[in-house]
Amino acid sequence: MALVEVDKTPATADAPEQRRMMLHMGPSHPAMHGIVQIDVELDGETITNVQVEIGYLHRCFEKMSETVVWNNVFPYTDRLNYVSPLINNVGYAMAVEKLLGIETTERCQWIRMLVSEVSRITDHLTCVGASAMELGSLTVFLAFVEAREALWECVEELTGARLTISYVRVGGVKGDLPPGFAGRLRAAMKIVREKMALGDKLLTRNRIFVDRMETGPTDRAFCHRWGINGPWGRSAGLDYDVRRDFPYLRYEDVDFDVPIGTRGDNYDRYLVRMEEMRQSMRIIEQCLEKMPAGELNVDFEGKVIKASDMRDLGNAGLTAGLVMDYSVAADPTLNGAGKDIVWTVRVGDREVSLPPKEEVYGSIEGLINHFKLVMSGHGIRPPAGEAYHAVEGGNGELGFYVVSTGEDRPWRVRVRPPCFVIMSALHEILRGLMIADIVPTFGAVNMIGGELDR
Amino acid sequence: MGVLNAFTSKTDALIGWGRKYSLFNYPFVTACCGMEFMALAGAHYDLDRFGAAFPRFTPRQSDLLMVVGTVSHKIAPVLRRIYEQMTEPKWVVAFGVCTCTGGFYDNYATVQGIDTIVPVDVYIPGCPPRPEMVLDGIMKLQEKIQQEKAGLLVRRTEVLPELPVPYTNRPDFARAIAENAPRRPGAEGGR
Amino acid sequence: MPNTTALPSVERLLPQVRELLGPKVLASHCHRGDETILVAPGEIVSVLAALRDDKGLDFDTLMDLCAVDHLPRRPRFEVVYHLVSLAKRQRLRVKVPVEEKSPSVPTVSGLWPGADWFEREAWDMYGIVFEGHPDLRRLLMYEQFEGHPLRRDYPVNRRQPLIGPRN
Ligand code: SF4
Repeated sequence: MALVEVDKTPATADAPEQRRMMLHMGPSHPAMHGIVQIDVELDGETITNVQVEIGYLHRCFEKMSETVVWNNVFPYTDRLNYVSPLINNVGYAMAVEKLLGIETTERCQWIRMLVSEVSRITDHLTCVGASAMELGSLTVFLAFVEAREALWECVEELTGARLTISYVRVGGVKGDLPPGFAGRLRAAMKIVREKMALGDKLLTRNRIFVDRMETGPTDRAFCHRWGINGPWGRSAGLDYDVRRDFPYLRYEDVDFDVPIGTRGDNYDRYLVRMEEMRQSMRIIEQCLEKMPAGELNVDFEGKVIKASDMRDLGNAGLTAGLVMDYSVAADPTLNGAGKDIVWTVRVGDREVSLPPKEEVYGSIEGLINHFKLVMSGHGIRPPAGEAYHAVEGGNGELGFYVVSTGEDRPWRVRVRPPCFVIMSALHEILRGLMIADIVPTFGAVNMIGGELDR
Repeated sequence: MGVLNAFTSKTDALIGWGRKYSLFNYPFVTACCGMEFMALAGAHYDLDRFGAAFPRFTPRQSDLLMVVGTVSHKIAPVLRRIYEQMTEPKWVVAFGVCTCTGGFYDNYATVQGIDTIVPVDVYIPGCPPRPEMVLDGIMKLQEKIQQEKAGLLVRRTEVLPELPVPYTNRPDFARAIAENAPRRPGAEGGR
Repeated sequence: MPNTTALPSVERLLPQVRELLGPKVLASHCHRGDETILVAPGEIVSVLAALRDDKGLDFDTLMDLCAVDHLPRRPRFEVVYHLVSLAKRQRLRVKVPVEEKSPSVPTVSGLWPGADWFEREAWDMYGIVFEGHPDLRRLLMYEQFEGHPLRRDYPVNRRQPLIGPRN
């Protein structure tokens, strides 16, 4: 839908020939995954001026979170950056936990870290695959979608959904890793490695690809000024990674490298993303190895009670009001009748974290417990105050700023969307490039509508 | 008369058969459902088996409008315009619960079901629908197309109400850019 | 193991910040390890510039800028700036109270160009005017939209469709 206007300003002495053309790219444009409008002013093929218009996918994340109880915000966070939903889940949960002043158990932290890295890989796979497709390499796209599919199958096994997972809870996660998960995740990563090797072979030294990607450079100072970080900033030499600089979860206990680019053009961004996927797989390997056994969730006070203690308490009749997990034997499970039931070890007086779904569907107490947490007027009430917690999202620092007034629902949930800042600088980046460079540059932004417009 | 009836029903069947296996879709991808659409178009689920996978990135060449993902009030006029640009016969698939009813986004920015803007043939709920479900939806659409009284050329002419406001996408943009534009050669990039 | 003490509420930066800014700091607190100062709207540009240029604190990045509506509290709005020092790896939150009547704050887009869209968003969502902003237009909503949707008194489902039925 290009609307073209030709400027017919007559030629003068100091501006001999002015043939400026307006071109609207988007909001629904083939070379743009996502809906955003880029209005460019062209002089021949050179871009002389750009305006970026966003907001076409504004879905009121922040307003909706003010209308639901704390736990019900999770489904909305899934749909922020829908390519890496698990990272959003983790970020929001950690912000609320910071507000509550609780810390999750060690195993839970490892699991969260593992799923975050799986999400990061799917994010980068989609980004690289889609921008390769836009440059004409459909094979890489198909291969990367297949690799992503392998990971999503693992995610589905773990969380019950492929994309919109709502896996993380305040104070824990939905369920433990299913038996045999590590093996299947390793197998999936093997597929990812194969497909990445294929992509590497097809792209990295491909003359056409390299020529088109060596465009859109930004330097470190530019990123710094605009507040850009993440893969884009790192490709320009801005050495900042939330995982390393403000360590959360267990990132201090694993080894990984933060790749840094030198030239800061699209090609560097591609290389940084490819390397980050390899590093993420390295982190996942370490998670699978180092992850300790133990409880997943904590209660409101931050107490962790061992499953065996819970059982003893139950035998002594001291758990009035609590449901003992081992007494629940009923299907249906979320995994379908044929598969193993995955028990979540649950502790404490159930004030914060949602009970496992098996229990909700399998026993009346579980159902009541669940209702108590999700119905309006009930549920957790963090003390009045505010907290900001940042995690490293697919595109950079993903920050959640939550404000509580001590009510059952958030007063304000603010997201610091990483691709928003890159988009806000896009007009500066594109100016002076050729029109064909918009496609790879915009592809490297990895604009995700849900996160950009919220 | 009977002969003619028999003849038109035969041609209807033939045209329907032809149409249902040559669906050219225009993916109007806005949101999270687009990720499932990618998966669907990929080799794993392979929409191509149903003769409906070849995306045409111009509405003028396509006859199946796949509306994938949340439609906000800001994008709604664009969706409508794209629908109007498509040539007859055309079909619309609402992909995902957001397009069917607005989903759980009952708020000031979201259109509560795209059928308030364009006519819809098949609704595929789910948030996002699994690829299998979409395949099922496409097959339903093909059934529907097969059974349509096609007529020889035109499928239907549904008169939509006029767009209440003549919606141009920010007419002031052109003006603003033209006025503030630095004339060449004063184009410095962002470096 | 997990407990509140894991998030120390020790003031690490605040003494230094208070020393740098003196009476410009109206109030300060440290909640769950997040250090926060409150400054007057008129001072915000000089405060942020001082924090940015001070060698010891070195808050060189504006990570986030957003507004909060505290209806019915007074002053009603708050503009919140999240600063990060990349080199020193520390964070600081600066808050500015804004009155309900003609809410306005000076823009900081002169200090960080990245503030441009954040401020446009805050204007769009809350109607807070950022004085001196080069191009204060709506960012997420469309021009024809009336009101500022993230204000607490804007009903969540009052739709203003451009086409299609109005509810
Ligand atoms: S239906 Fe669900 S997955 Fe699809 S666009 Fe809407 S929110 Fe996203």
